Amino acid sequence: MITALTAEKLACVRGERRLFDGLSFRVKAGQALAVEGANGSGKTSLLRMVAGFLSPAAGTLTLTQDGKPVTDAEARGRFIGWLGHQDGLKPQFTVIEQLRFYARLYAGKADDAVLEQVGLSRQRELPCRYLSAGQKRRLALARLLVSNRPLWLMDEPFAALDTAGQALVARLMAIHCGNGGMVVAATHDPLGLGNESVTL
Amino acid sequence: MQFLFRYANPAMFMRLSGAVLPYAAALTVLALAVGLFMGFSAPPDYQQGLTVLIMFIHVPAATAAMSIYGAIAVCSLLSLVWRHPLSDTAARAAAPLGAVFTALGLVTGSLWGKPMWGTYWVWDARLTSFLLLLFLYLGYMALWSAIEDETRAGRAAAVLALVGAVNIPIIKFSVDWWNTLHQGESIMSGKLDPVYLWPLLTMMAGYMLLFVTLWLIRIRTAIVTRRATTLMQRAA
Amino acid sequence: MSAFLVLLWRDVKLATRSGGGAALALCFFALVATLVPLGIGADLKLLARVAGGILWVGAVLAALLSLDRLFQGDYDDGSLELIALAPLPLELTSLAKIVAHWLSTGLPLTIMSPLLALLFNLSPDAIPVLVLSLLMGTPAVSAIGAIGAALTVSLRGGGLILPLIILPLLSPAVIFGAGAVAAGLDGFSPAGALGLLGAFSLAAVLLSPFAAAASVRLNLSG
Repeated sequence: MITALTAEKLACVRGERRLFDGLSFRVKAGQALAVEGANGSGKTSLLRMVAGFLSPAAGTLTLTQDGKPVTDAEARGRFIGWLGHQDGLKPQFTVIEQLRFYARLYAGKADDAVLEQVGLSRQRELPCRYLSAGQKRRLALARLLVSNRPLWLMDEPFAALDTAGQALVARLMAIHCGNGGMVVAATHDPLGLGNESVTL
Repeated sequence: MQFLFRYANPAMFMRLSGAVLPYAAALTVLALAVGLFMGFSAPPDYQQGLTVLIMFIHVPAATAAMSIYGAIAVCSLLSLVWRHPLSDTAARAAAPLGAVFTALGLVTGSLWGKPMWGTYWVWDARLTSFLLLLFLYLGYMALWSAIEDETRAGRAAAVLALVGAVNIPIIKFSVDWWNTLHQGESIMSGKLDPVYLWPLLTMMAGYMLLFVTLWLIRIRTAIVTRRATTLMQRAA
Repeated sequence: MSAFLVLLWRDVKLATRSGGGAALALCFFALVATLVPLGIGADLKLLARVAGGILWVGAVLAALLSLDRLFQGDYDDGSLELIALAPLPLELTSLAKIVAHWLSTGLPLTIMSPLLALLFNLSPDAIPVLVLSLLMGTPAVSAIGAIGAALTVSLRGGGLILPLIILPLLSPAVIFGAGAVAAGLDGFSPAGALGLLGAFSLAAVLLSPFAAAASVRLNLSG
């Protein structure tokens, strides 16, 4: 059981620029954190830091699991569900093929119920090259659902989605938090979850 | 380890290397001068004649080339495992020097071989290994230049250098094996006459000192250049 | 195990479907086998002698062609992050990709080699040695190539730098592989050369995943 994500005095240096410094926050199970800031302020870098891809220039990131701290970046990655800027979809594979691939990779289960949840049941056998940007995003959300991870890192989750899509994202985030999960989302729009926020 | 890290910060390195540099340069000139003098005053080899003198230029170049790659491998290890800050800079600075020594070794080896073999190149086992070493150096330098982000370039180059270092003995072994298979020629066979030993060792020392001198200069230049770049970026 | 297999299978499918590079490698191999006689003349005795070496070099170059895709595709579309976060360790991910590359490139090249050996008038006794040497040696090409592919994944047009980095490291494979064929032609047993080749390949396949994984981690921090 993941109970908290704590960041203390994080600093990020990309190239020669110091993007942010002394950043601290705490997200508890069932909570969401919105990361706001102008373009280029380091929102994506912060997400990549939490995911363990990028090492902070200073500061620490700790995940608390059953009361014990997990500081190793790679171990932390095992708790993360990633919804990045890019889709991670191969154009030649069908929707269900992609979902099954990621489900097997993440030891989850891909069934049609998930596709129905994100509204892609009709596109089940369609190769991903024929999906619109919004549909690709929905598939990415489905992938997030089957990965079965407690901490969701989402980079601009509302981007490329129409109103219905955005409502879907908000709904899924709320359900996830309601089940004890955590969400950290880089966003320009409000999450509408009664969440904390941090600005870079 | 603590000892190394204390000298890791650039300012400290600049002070130390600045103090050491004049002595290193002086010793280099001395060693090379003495070595060349001893070499030229040694009697010519009964079999190879005067051309054996090329040995004093070739062999030290060859050992320097190998040692420099070793130095790069050590710096790479320091960079990857202990995150020693100056080691990336040091490794990158050493590479062109290693490449030049390798090229020098190849050219002088070829010149040495011409009187014996009749042609400039016969795929002698040692020279062939050397040619591959030159490619390893070039690949290393190319990787550094190709990746834009300096830290990433340093890490990637470090991985490459270590993979290369592990491979070098295997490559050497396989080339030697290949050479025996095809009954190739060899430049230097048999024992080394003791009268040649001292000049050779002196020249080897001279080459290593030359490398150290040039290396220190290159690292200092890299540090100063980076400072200048940072200043320019801040001014922009 | 299931994650390893599903990744392997996905990569094989990606490589063998159109635009995946597997067919390209085979064509390239055949082209090299065609160009060399055009370059050195059609003296069958000469061709028979150089067949082992030429076909080995050709196979290595052909396998190289599809190497830069090993991690590139996943890096470019964001799949690499998702794969890195999966329960499968990055070392096993790299191994899966190496095996997939071999299955889609090295193995087909090996299977095609007897056909090309005919073009070179290679003696029928030597053909099995050639095939065996390629079978044992091409895994090393995929393995060591994977390190290069992982190192250069962030480069736009990484193109020529990949061969520059890994070809010197592959020289033992070429030496032992072609050497086995040459030994056979000269009447010696190819067992020694094949043994050395096998050891080299085994070491490469066992150790390269670690170096490749380290390189992927480096490049993920971008």
